[in-house]
Amino acid sequence: MGLEQKMGDMGVVTTTLEQAVNWGRANAMWPMLFGLACCAIEMIATVMPNNDLSRFGMELMRASPRQSDLMIVAGRVSRKMAPVVRRLYDQMASPKWVIAMGDCASCGGVFNNYAIVQGVDEVVPVDVYVAGCPPRPEALMHGILTLQQKVKQETFKDWA
Amino acid sequence: MSHIATTIAALKDSLGDAIEQVSEFRGETGVQVKKAAVPAVLRFLKESPDLRYTCLANLTAYDDWPQEPRFKVIYQLRNMLLPADLRVKCTVAGDDPYLPSATGVFLNANWHEREVFDMFGLRFTGHPDLRRILMPADWQGHPLRKDYPLGYEEVEFTFNFDEIEKKKPYAKE
Repeated sequence: MGLEQKMGDMGVVTTTLEQAVNWGRANAMWPMLFGLACCAIEMIATVMPNNDLSRFGMELMRASPRQSDLMIVAGRVSRKMAPVVRRLYDQMASPKWVIAMGDCASCGGVFNNYAIVQGVDEVVPVDVYVAGCPPRPEALMHGILTLQQKVKQETFKDWA
Repeated sequence: MSHIATTIAALKDSLGDAIEQVSEFRGETGVQVKKAAVPAVLRFLKESPDLRYTCLANLTAYDDWPQEPRFKVIYQLRNMLLPADLRVKCTVAGDDPYLPSATGVFLNANWHEREVFDMFGLRFTGHPDLRRILMPADWQGHPLRKDYPLGYEEVEFTFNFDEIEKKKPYAKE
């Protein structure tokens, strides 16, 4: 690596444990493979080559909640689906994060009625909200970068 | 004489007491019948060899609240050979939401009637398994009734943001 040449013959890089762990967590975050409505199409487009989510270490959509770190709630959550979403969240191994993608998942969107949960934050704790109906892939990527910034600022106290 | 005209004539002939009204709108014919006679009318239309309305294409309802009788139940029948379509309709009062089930005539009425029960709260007597089909089993009320509340959260503006924020049930870890 070029680093060693610049640092002479020290051969050692020092960092804090927090920074090292957060670096790993933020840059290899695997989302869960599920979509609830039309936002899922934009989420799929985000993973495809034009936008290429693998630049951020997220190309692996895991079909099992046990293997995933990030839940992207893409679409409106109906009252009947809400217990299922909560169960999937509970099955994910810690540390785990949630992105509410789109207006419906964030606040119910245009569906202020008996059937739709008014924001998935009534069911699972949300880290990042992405606005849009549906959000373009760029917006979702911005949300993901925002989440990475959030993860990189976590401390020992947050992990406990 | 068209098949629909033949049907109306045959109906008036054998079940004349049950018919309340025959209406036509834009080439579609509807027969309003007494609710107690619905299974008999459906069976006649299905099994009479000249008519053969063998397919129950749809069974649904709507709510005319606050008019009385507020509920209308609609049976859309189809003759698959011609084809010909006929609408059979009956009214149900709000304080007496009971009507006979059509499952004895058309098997596919089973799930349609469960949906009408789920959404409007109409009780089909003689239905083999009348329970909710779309909403969760512990749901209160029937959402497609016109007097059912539209939404469960107030629309958020800058002036009532704090008030709604206080009531919003955020999830825990």
